[in-house]
Amino acid sequence: MTPAVAAGLGDLAQRVTGFAYPNEIEVHWSILIVCYPYLTGLVAGAFILASLVKVFNVREVQPVYRLALLTALAFLLIAPLPLLLHLGHPERSYEIFLTPQLRSAMAVFGFVYAWYLMVVLLMEIWFEYRRDVVLWTRNERGPLRWFHRAFALFSSDVGPRAVAADKKGVKIITVIGIPSAFLLHGYVGFIFGSVKANPWWSSVLMPIVFLMSAIVSGIALVILIYMVAWPLRGRAIDMACLDRMASFLFYAVIVDFTLEALDFTHRLYESEESIKILAEMVRGKLFISLVVIQVLLGMIVPLGLMVITKLLSVEAELRKLLYFASVILIQIGIFSTRWNVVIGGQLFSKSFRGLTTYKMELTGIEGLLIAVTLLVLPFLALTVLFRLLPPWPDDTPREAEATGSVASS
Amino acid sequence: MIRRHALRRILTWVAGFVVLGFRELWAEAPAASEAEGAGEGPWYGMGIDVEKCIGCGLCMQACKTENDVPAEPHFVRTWVEQYVTQTDGTVAVTTIRPGEEREATPERNVLHSFFVPKLCNHCANPPCVQVCPVGATFTTKDGVVLVDSKRCIGCGYCIQACPYGARYLHPVTKVADKCTFCYHRIEKGLLPACVEVCPTQARVFGDLRSPASPLRRMRRMHKTFVLKAALNTEPKVFYSGIDGEVR
Repeated sequence: MTPAVAAGLGDLAQRVTGFAYPNEIEVHWSILIVCYPYLTGLVAGAFILASLVKVFNVREVQPVYRLALLTALAFLLIAPLPLLLHLGHPERSYEIFLTPQLRSAMAVFGFVYAWYLMVVLLMEIWFEYRRDVVLWTRNERGPLRWFHRAFALFSSDVGPRAVAADKKGVKIITVIGIPSAFLLHGYVGFIFGSVKANPWWSSVLMPIVFLMSAIVSGIALVILIYMVAWPLRGRAIDMACLDRMASFLFYAVIVDFTLEALDFTHRLYESEESIKILAEMVRGKLFISLVVIQVLLGMIVPLGLMVITKLLSVEAELRKLLYFASVILIQIGIFSTRWNVVIGGQLFSKSFRGLTTYKMELTGIEGLLIAVTLLVLPFLALTVLFRLLPPWPDDTPREAEATGSVASS
Repeated sequence: MIRRHALRRILTWVAGFVVLGFRELWAEAPAASEAEGAGEGPWYGMGIDVEKCIGCGLCMQACKTENDVPAEPHFVRTWVEQYVTQTDGTVAVTTIRPGEEREATPERNVLHSFFVPKLCNHCANPPCVQVCPVGATFTTKDGVVLVDSKRCIGCGYCIQACPYGARYLHPVTKVADKCTFCYHRIEKGLLPACVEVCPTQARVFGDLRSPASPLRRMRRMHKTFVLKAALNTEPKVFYSGIDGEVR
């Protein structure tokens, strides 16, 4: 251990208020572990938004269906990276897949992740895009053509029966996909909620709260990307679609807020052994991140803004602005939620007698710069995906084009 | 047709994995309680007589030397807490620093004061073993909870799951580390270093199943308690002479 690290820990030990067990001075799950549930939440939320189109036939949201799927994929590809970087021995991470200890909630990670990536997302994207990809290859050259041919698994049938089979495929996968998305993020909540040693985490509501906040963050993210990417590509924003998404977001925030309020009230009312130290933590070290950012800025203010758009007849441009402000605030709020769970759960001693401090590094593997990089990477991945599989509705080859090509072939 | 065939094959594989997984879960599910009387062979535990501990900290030093524990005070396999309860009911807890000069506890306004040595409780129902995703943390047949440092991936889940703060991530090896009851010593019939060095015999090590073991005798002579019993971890470190302030 370097002298600097030892000095850093010595400094942290000085900042303990009350008493903490000696091994608790170091906060083991850092900002990287904050990023992990944040990223997977976005995946689950974006996918559930996409599912609304196919399962519940919400036609207004159709323009962002593909965008939501690609967003889920881009974030899912990056989601395991913070976990991997956090491990003391990342080179042994394959052990989770090869020799999982099946009584461990964490060991199920490999299976849940692989299932979601391989069975749900990739297959749904494949069925959804196959027809268009086959048609695109007819006018393409170079590597993109090869990528598209490989993507379509060298299939070329775009006849009505094949397209109908694709549509059926999408439908089946979406039906499997909704419980899978619930599983993906509910499972992340379970990892925390099942730790009986930690009263801040240990709650049967945890998976459900995680899931609802995931839906909130996912919808908000798709709205955000839609509002930025569409104008950048010179396309108009479909207000019916935007209003509908904002409406879903509004109700999701209300449910999320209710669940968190229930959790909070329940803890206060039960008033268990840990309540004093938890109250001290919320009033002190978590005040800004929990009360101000998560609850006030991340929930109450956006709810207020969305209520304004619903109650008053606000013109489209102002509505866009209010939605935009809401989704940005919600993203910050949900990131703060993850922070308060992960870091908050380690700021109090399990002796319930004192509070420790988390001091984030700037550089270094567990530092702020890496965390920011990990949060930017999914957007880069999404840009690449936009190139490979354009989500813009007007890029979809028209019906006549498809049938014409079939007739000529 | 080919697609349907492939789909069926995939589903068969998935179903197979699920069935195998459940079988494994079933096989690995722990017995309700590994009481001292059940099973054969030694079942190790420790007794701590708080009345005898003088807070010298020799156990902490011996442990660090014996087990190459980093010298810094924030990495420990065993530590000693001092509790000072005032007459107004307030309790001050500190971890003692071996070798550091301490002021004597002033007698005025102090209701009572005592030292509590802490270490891994080698629980019979250990949450750390349950959560380890790769099975690197395990219970030996004689009831000692160990970490396989060649298998541990350093995820830290066990550290979060331990209610007693007994684990730390070793800053050099980057794997979880904790008390082993000096397994390398007890295998040879020696005592754990902390027990060996304790000048007042406040720590008693032994086989909970053996009628002749000093630990059995200690538990016969004293009423003992375990820490955080409500969490159902079934600790095998038994304390005598503590009060409810100790967590």
